[in-house]
Amino acid sequence: MSIEFESPKPLMQAQFMLKTVGEEMIRPKSRYFDEHEHEIPWDYIEFMHLAMKASGGSSLVPRENGNNSEDKEKRAPIGYQLVATQIESLAWGDLGFYHCLPGGALGAAAIHAAGTPEQKEKFLARFKDEKPTFAAMCITESGAGSDNSAIRTRAVLDEETNEWVINGEKIFVTGGDKSFSEYEKLGKGFIVVWATIDPTSGRAGMRAFVIEGGTSGVRIVKLEHKLGIRCSDTAAISLVDARVPFENILGSPTVEKTTTGFKGAMATFDATRPLVAASGIGVARAALEFLKEKLAENGVQVRYGLPRQKLTAIERDVIDMEIMLKSAWLMVIKAVWMADNKKPNALEASMSKVKSGDVTTKITQKVVEILGPLGYSREFLAEKWMRDARITDIYEGTGQINRLVVARQILGYSGSELR
Amino acid sequence: MYSFDPTEEQQMLIEAVKKYAANDLRPVAHEAEENKELPKKLVSKGWELGLLQASIPEAYGGFGERSAVTGALALEEMAFGDLAGTLAVLTPSLFATPISLAGSEEQKQTYLPKLIAGDWSPYTAALIEYTFDFDPNDLKTTAQRNGDEYTLHGAKAYVPFAKDAETILVYANLEGQTQGFIVPKDSDGLTISDEREKLMSLNALPFYRVKLDHVKIPVLRRLGGASGHDFDLILAAMRVANAATAVGVANAAFDYSKNYAREREAFGVKIAQKQAIAFMLAEMRTEIEAMRLLTWEAAWKLDHGREDAINEAYLASTGAADMTMMVTDRAVQILGGHGYIREHPVEMWMRNGRGFSTFTGLAIV
Repeated sequence: MSIEFESPKPLMQAQFMLKTVGEEMIRPKSRYFDEHEHEIPWDYIEFMHLAMKASGGSSLVPRENGNNSEDKEKRAPIGYQLVATQIESLAWGDLGFYHCLPGGALGAAAIHAAGTPEQKEKFLARFKDEKPTFAAMCITESGAGSDNSAIRTRAVLDEETNEWVINGEKIFVTGGDKSFSEYEKLGKGFIVVWATIDPTSGRAGMRAFVIEGGTSGVRIVKLEHKLGIRCSDTAAISLVDARVPFENILGSPTVEKTTTGFKGAMATFDATRPLVAASGIGVARAALEFLKEKLAENGVQVRYGLPRQKLTAIERDVIDMEIMLKSAWLMVIKAVWMADNKKPNALEASMSKVKSGDVTTKITQKVVEILGPLGYSREFLAEKWMRDARITDIYEGTGQINRLVVARQILGYSGSELR
Repeated sequence: MYSFDPTEEQQMLIEAVKKYAANDLRPVAHEAEENKELPKKLVSKGWELGLLQASIPEAYGGFGERSAVTGALALEEMAFGDLAGTLAVLTPSLFATPISLAGSEEQKQTYLPKLIAGDWSPYTAALIEYTFDFDPNDLKTTAQRNGDEYTLHGAKAYVPFAKDAETILVYANLEGQTQGFIVPKDSDGLTISDEREKLMSLNALPFYRVKLDHVKIPVLRRLGGASGHDFDLILAAMRVANAATAVGVANAAFDYSKNYAREREAFGVKIAQKQAIAFMLAEMRTEIEAMRLLTWEAAWKLDHGREDAINEAYLASTGAADMTMMVTDRAVQILGGHGYIREHPVEMWMRNGRGFSTFTGLAIV
């Protein structure tokens, strides 16, 4: 091996294609869907579904390597790198629209990480059907956010019918509505619900359950009104005696005294954290590029190469932002490159999320500041990007939780040694 | 394709440099700084690692090809041991690498074989000037062409080993462009300060001022010959080196303060078990990684002749300088009062850390 920084062709192609989609299809509608919260961008969803079907990709889960090709084995795997690139490019168009990308999202990622071959077959095939289809992950509860061992949603096995009976309340479910509710234009989706099968055993009792769209006892009780990413629905879901077939549990149905099962499922996040980091970087890049355009239009040049003390304040800011953006992207690429090559990447995944969360919020906020009245105005998208971007340092592990993960990794501490 | 694994050869080199940094550089760093002197053997032992030799083609007495990536990897590891020692070992590169990169055939033949054969010898270069708005692309020292001679006039600062050097590569402003000139020390009009530079750190290294009072040198002594050379590439190589050494110093400070925090107890727990400390460490590690990757990418782009290599090297150097200041400063903070005491190395690393915004020109890959 050697150290290489040549972006592979498929990545460049994806960037090129999705830039066009962003410019032609997404950006012109960005403002409309920001101001019409909870409307669904159907044209985009249908177009992306067709495009993805044609290319065989899906969101968040890299394409399985075909079994037919020997020469593929020699080629380095780039599945996660490609997905990260696609996400960055789509988020450059609009972060909310990225979340409206049909496919399994975190729901499918959980099955991908913790499901049996049968479960994968049963639940994942639908994303290639005629109609666009969504899936979602339900972890957070009003009393359990980053500390997801505090989850109180309960799953009890009804041995007579061999069904799990689930009761509880979930909030902040990204895409929950599109995954669960029935829309004429959508295929049948599902939600993956985290619940405990043994409240006395903490993490060891935590399991995820696949619940098909429309299951009775499950209700979307609220769609949140948010600071940004408004065309992505964020649902609150109540489960009252929701019945789920026995085989829809991810992982073992019995409680062992270990937390291996829980950790296995949490490994979903090692794979997805750099991808969420990538989505933030897309927004930050959009904002920085917009700023540079506006500076150029107004005859403000950025003189690269000058020593710090000769730069104007704006030049300094722009150069700092470029340093942040480029290095954050490299951290994402390294983390997904490790995932592609089956190297353990918990540290790199969380570091990339820490960095991206910082960089994305800083850049988008700075761009609004520098643009002044133009930045603050809703006639341009800079202020929206700042609002959109703010979520990337919160979901999929806040910056603080990821700092905790990084700290435990570098110090070799367990969760109880560093709380 | 992307890949972040060094080659086997690079890995072997890294291991060798690591050993030298840990066993030779680090143990003497404190004393060298206090006594303002590096042990002689230290430098020749570092020279024997062959970093420079391996970057010069066989035709000129070396045994390899220059790779900025390899250079960056080695510099980071060495600077992890000690910055002053690292800069001393590699001072001859300041002269040799630009000649290897941009020199005329005659210049390569004249200098490279004798420079890299045998023991470390103090060939050096003079880029920095003693002005507050110093800019390597806008030098105050001038070069003027008069017939078949150039006249150099001005003053340089921070020139390592100038007193012992036979020949100095002096950078000067030729009609708005920075160009290198090979200047023998005994040239008429060239004087070297008696006193060494007094700096905030790097006291183990002898730096001098060099004054050039209408020094005349033949046209063929211009780096690259009469037609000159592209300074951008040399400056980019200096910036990558600056970034790589900055990452090394930051990593030293991170590593030391991390270990300290795992040992030091307060309120019944190790201080590393407190989020206030643990989060600082997490951020330090994250920012080090960010600048390491940016440095590698800049080096890789230099090696592959990418158009944006020059700019990327600038960004890496600028970003790494800031990062290292932040990381070394936090290392001092984590050690608390002990961080302020010179028996611990973190205060020296913090003094090093502030320097990277000024040090461009003291190392090259």
